[in-house]
Amino acid sequence: MPEPTLNSYLLLSAVLFSIGTAGVFLRRNLITILLSVEVMLNAVNLTFIAVDRYRGTVDGQIIVFFVITVAAAEAAVGLAILIALFRHKESLNPDAFTSLKW
Amino acid sequence: MIFGISRELIVHLVIIVVVFFALQITAAVLVYMERKVAGLIQERYGPYLVGPKGLMQPLADILKLIMKEELRPKGADVILFYAAPVLSATAAFAAFAVIPFGADTTFFGFLDHPIHLAAADVNVGLLVIFAISSMGVYGVVLAGWASNSKYSLLGGLRSSAQMISYELAYGLSFAAVIMLAGSLSLRGIVDQQSGYWFGFIPHWYLFLQPIGFLIFLTAGVAETNRAPFDFPEAEQELVAGYHTEYSSMSFALFFLAEYVNMATVSAVATDLFLGGWHGPFPLPDGFEWIWFLVKVFAILFFYIWMRWTLPRYRYDQLMEFGWKWLLPAAVVNLLVTAGVVIYMGW
Amino acid sequence: MDAITFWILAAILVVSSVLVVGQRNPMYSVFLLIVSFAALAGLYIQLDASFAAMIQIIVYVGAIMVLFLFVVMLLNVPTDDAGGEPRRMFGAGPRRIGAVLSAVFAIELALALVRVVSTPLPSSDRGAPVATVYDIGVKLFRDYAFAFEATSVLILVAMVGAIVLARKEAR
Repeated sequence: MPEPTLNSYLLLSAVLFSIGTAGVFLRRNLITILLSVEVMLNAVNLTFIAVDRYRGTVDGQIIVFFVITVAAAEAAVGLAILIALFRHKESLNPDAFTSLKW
Repeated sequence: MIFGISRELIVHLVIIVVVFFALQITAAVLVYMERKVAGLIQERYGPYLVGPKGLMQPLADILKLIMKEELRPKGADVILFYAAPVLSATAAFAAFAVIPFGADTTFFGFLDHPIHLAAADVNVGLLVIFAISSMGVYGVVLAGWASNSKYSLLGGLRSSAQMISYELAYGLSFAAVIMLAGSLSLRGIVDQQSGYWFGFIPHWYLFLQPIGFLIFLTAGVAETNRAPFDFPEAEQELVAGYHTEYSSMSFALFFLAEYVNMATVSAVATDLFLGGWHGPFPLPDGFEWIWFLVKVFAILFFYIWMRWTLPRYRYDQLMEFGWKWLLPAAVVNLLVTAGVVIYMGW
Repeated sequence: MDAITFWILAAILVVSSVLVVGQRNPMYSVFLLIVSFAALAGLYIQLDASFAAMIQIIVYVGAIMVLFLFVVMLLNVPTDDAGGEPRRMFGAGPRRIGAVLSAVFAIELALALVRVVSTPLPSSDRGAPVATVYDIGVKLFRDYAFAFEATSVLILVAMVGAIVLARKEAR
């Protein structure tokens, strides 16, 4: 079992990020799209913490703190918009919202 | 080295096993204590038939629960339905893992160096407890959802909304203690509470933070869904809330989770505010945990006493109290503590 | 020992993330994401970032995912993906382009990372001091004080915005 190096963490983070991106591109359900965005944010957090450990600073953990907070705010507003959309059209498929008129 | 395994590892494993079983025995003792104390408050005998003075009653309860039929409603999601009580019980036990319950001891010379008496000793212990308590919400929410029944869903939603609302006051009240102690590790906080002022008042944070203690206990009672905050699972209101559709072992797991959560809140309150394992007269080395046990059971008795004395809050009164009264009180407490700490230069 | 924990946690993380993206039932997706957050917190602890790990669990798992769960439960989200759309994942149309783009992106990232010279992580435990919460607090309130205050305003704005957006229009 090879020891994990910085590269392994960065590679893991890249894999996670591409999984999240694939989710945003391919899924047709708004909630799953939001969850994939959270996966992407987590990949970025992992990069910050891994590089943080490599350089011996704590700035990475502080940035992660802010990223998590901003993700919370974004999830709240995103879900509120989702609820408003769902109330209008009874569907969570982003392709259903094709008309500019409400 | 015994059998090639270091002594420390053996002791750690033994401590983990002992803590695990001690929690389960605490739950059983609480079952008995609750019914007996309830009986005494209501001027009747509690259980007295099974065993001497009814002491075997918890055993009878457990046997009954094990032998009941395991039911599942028709449209219930199988995986989530059975995962919910497991999640609740796991979170309840895991939160207790980082609570220290005794001073450093060498177990009467079995070990070379004294070790801390806790299942796991972490630097950020208090944050771990808070984190795992916030995971306990999922068991409730899942149970409400997966039961495919409207009483369960309503009870689950209300219960989880209550739990996350009171988590804020819970966290802020122990933030004030962290400021006074200067450490996030529970062991460090207890160590700061040794010693006396004027020779007879112990150095507990209860005397420095009386309001913080009240806020903590109130929020803790609300977190564990106990009276007077048990509207979501009250029998007269919502049949039984989120655990309506559960029977036999799944219900026993919810029951266990509730009692272990009570024990965790009491243990944290003891460590934070009541001085942990420091007592009026020092016990011989290796027995300090007896004081800890005494204090935890005092708080648990208070819990049970409250349940059978106070009427329960209605749900909207409960939420209003949590957001409009308890949270501002906790914030003001934190600010005043911060001001005093800076002014006094502690 | 470190290596084994890393590979196990990484495996759990990747598998649960793939299942989050691929799962039909949004309820299961939310729970799989919680599992992946827990694995990620384990990785943070391994990287000596216990504060970030606990913040992740308290905020992400304890609050954000509960929000997602409430929305999924209250909206009674349907488990199937498309309303009348063909289910072929790689059929013609936006899905095929999406799949191709994701694959290209993944390959590009992997190539870029593999070229970096392999750098071992300096072993800081049991030697150099590990950053404590105290250090983080000092840095947070000195160097990042403005960001901290701005974040609090952001949260207030998000809270008000979410309430305004989600309430029923009283006509």
